[in-house]
Amino acid sequence: MLAVNLSELLDGPLHGVEEALDLVAGFDDALVHGLARLGEDRAAALSALAGAFAGSPLGVRAGEAAEKIAAGSVTDEHLSVLAGGRAALFGAVHDALLGRLDGALGRARAPWEASPSAASSGADNLLAGCRSWLHELAITGWRGVDHDLVSAADQTIEALLAVPGLRRTAVLLDGLAAELRASSPIATMERLPARRWADLWTRALLLSQPGGPAAAVPEPAATVSGRLLLLGVDVHEHGTAVQIQVHAVLEPADGGPARLVRASVAAPKVDTIVGPALWRLLQWHPVLLGALAEHRSLDITDQPILDSGDLVWHDDRAEAGEPADPFATARVLLGGALAPAVPPLDRHPVRISEPVLVEGYTAAADGGEVTFDLGGRPLAVDVERLPSCGPLTPELVAASTACIGLVRWDGGRWALQPLAVQATVKRKPVTAHNGDWALGPTDPKVMKAEAKAGDSVAVLRERAGRLLRR
Amino acid sequence: MNAETSAWERRSAVRVVPPVRPRKLAKVPFVELADGRLQGVVSSGSDIERVYVSSFTAGTHAYSCSTNNNRPCGALPSGSSPCKHLHLLAAEAVLQYGVDRVARYLRVDVGDGASTGADLVDSMNGQVERAPAATVFSRFLRHLNYLEIPDTTTPIPEMHWFPALGAGR
Repeated sequence: MLAVNLSELLDGPLHGVEEALDLVAGFDDALVHGLARLGEDRAAALSALAGAFAGSPLGVRAGEAAEKIAAGSVTDEHLSVLAGGRAALFGAVHDALLGRLDGALGRARAPWEASPSAASSGADNLLAGCRSWLHELAITGWRGVDHDLVSAADQTIEALLAVPGLRRTAVLLDGLAAELRASSPIATMERLPARRWADLWTRALLLSQPGGPAAAVPEPAATVSGRLLLLGVDVHEHGTAVQIQVHAVLEPADGGPARLVRASVAAPKVDTIVGPALWRLLQWHPVLLGALAEHRSLDITDQPILDSGDLVWHDDRAEAGEPADPFATARVLLGGALAPAVPPLDRHPVRISEPVLVEGYTAAADGGEVTFDLGGRPLAVDVERLPSCGPLTPELVAASTACIGLVRWDGGRWALQPLAVQATVKRKPVTAHNGDWALGPTDPKVMKAEAKAGDSVAVLRERAGRLLRR
Repeated sequence: MNAETSAWERRSAVRVVPPVRPRKLAKVPFVELADGRLQGVVSSGSDIERVYVSSFTAGTHAYSCSTNNNRPCGALPSGSSPCKHLHLLAAEAVLQYGVDRVARYLRVDVGDGASTGADLVDSMNGQVERAPAATVFSRFLRHLNYLEIPDTTTPIPEMHWFPALGAGR
C-alpha cells in the first residue's frame, strides 16, 4: 500500500454508511433494555430500522415485525425478520467499505457464485434451543441478563459442540455466553458493548434458522492444486476456542492467475491455555505449521476450496516446498492476486481483513498508540491485536520499516493489523512473523518461561484421560 | 456518557472478558469465579486418582473442601482454618486473575500491598460450610471435555469477532 492508496482509502465520504449505522444503533439500544419494555423512543427505533426496507422484499414483513414487537408480541418470526434487517444493513455497509478498499488498492475481486446446495445439519431441535435462548435474551435485554439466564444456554452449547456441522453456532454462542457471564451483574456495568453483543446475537439468530443455508455445512465448490506462498497468519481466540487463518497467494498448477486464499484451523480450548501453548492445540497439521515457522512455500494437491476463497485444509494434501520469504511474496505477487468473493451471510465489516504490504513509512508511538506516517497521511496500527502466541510486540511494530498486515475497519475507522514486520532493533535488522513460534517459541526468554510453566495442554489432557472416561 | 465510551460501545471487536494469565496447572487444574464462589479443583498430593473440590463463597467467605466423591477433606475439621487445598486454590486464583479481581469478586477488603493468595486468605474470616462438590466437579469435567472435541479446518467466520489480543503485555 502506497501513500496514494491510503489517501484514496481515507478520503471522501462513504455514502449512507453513517445513516445505516445510526439505524443499527437504535436497534442495539432496544436490545440493551429489552424488547419487553420498549417505550416510545425505542419502538420508533425499530420502526425506523424496518422503514429502511420499505420497497424491498423484506419491507412488509419488517414493518409488521416492528409494529407487533412494539405492541408486546415478540415471536420467533418477528425477531428473525428484524435480525435479518440488521444483518442486511451491515451487509450494505460491508460492501461499501470493501468496495472502497478494493478501489484504493486496485484489487480485483471474483464475483460471488452460489455453491451447490449443501447438506443441512438436520439438528432442528438444537437450533430451536438456540433460538429460544436468543429470544429470552432479546426480551430481557442485556441489562436484565442474570446468571440463571446465561446458564440456561449451557446444555444447548454443549450439545452444539458435539455436532461438527454446527461448530460455527456453538463457538459463537459459547463466546457470547462467556462474555455475559464474566460481565455479571450487567445491570451495574458502566459501559456495555452494545454493538458487539447485538452483532453476536444477530449472527447467532441467523445461523440457527431451521433448514436455512446458514445452518448447513458449506460444500467445497472445487479443488485446487498449485504452489501456496504464505503471507502471514491471523489469530482469533476466546476462552474456549482458537482459530488460525493463514493468508496466502495460490499459484494454480493449471497456470491460471494467482489468487488470494486462506487456510484455517480452529480448535476448542480452555481459558488457561494461552500464549505459545496455543500452537500445541493445532499440532495435527504439522505441514501447515512447519511452513509458518520455517517460512516455506507449500505444494498442495486437490485441496477443496469454498466459494469464500477458504481452503478446507487437508494437511496430507500438502508438502513443504522451498524457503519463501513472505515479504518477497507480498512485494512480487500480492498486488496482482485475485481476491475471493464474500458469501452473503459473511458480509459484515468485522470480516474485512485484506492483506497488504506497507513500507516507506515513518512509525510513531504515542502512549499505547502506534501510527504509520505514509507520505504525510496517518495510518492507525492496531497494536492491541497482536497475539500472545507470536513474537510481535507494540515496540517492534513501532520500530518497523516494513509491515505485512490486514486492513480492518471497526468503530468508524480503518486500521492496520500487523502480521509481520521488518524492523531495526539496536541497529540490527529483525524480522518477526505471527507464525514464527508455530513449532514452539524460538526466543530464549519465552522458551524459558514456557519450560517453567510446564505443558498446560499435556497436564489437562492427562487429567481428562484419568477423570473423564470413568 | 463521554465520547470514548460511546465510541467503544459502537465497536464490534472489543475485549470484554479480561485476559487470564498463564500459570502452572499441575496442582490446581481448574479455577473459576462462578456461582458466587471462587471455586476449583485441586489435585491430591498423594493419590493421582483423587482430586479435591475447594471453594470460598463471596460475601460470607465461608469455605469448603471435599473430595469429588463428596467426602470431607480430612485436613478440614469444622472450626479449623482453611486447609492447604484452599490455600493452593487462592494462590492459583490470584495468579490467574490477579488479586484485585479475585478480591472484588469475593468482596474481600485486602488493603493496599496485598499481592498473594495468602494475603487474600488472611483477609477473610469465614467458617467451614459444606458446599456441594458435584456441581463444581461436573463443571470441571465439562471444562476438560473441550480438549476432547476434534479441531476443524472449515473456517469459522464468526471468530473475526474474537481477535487474539496481546495478553499481559
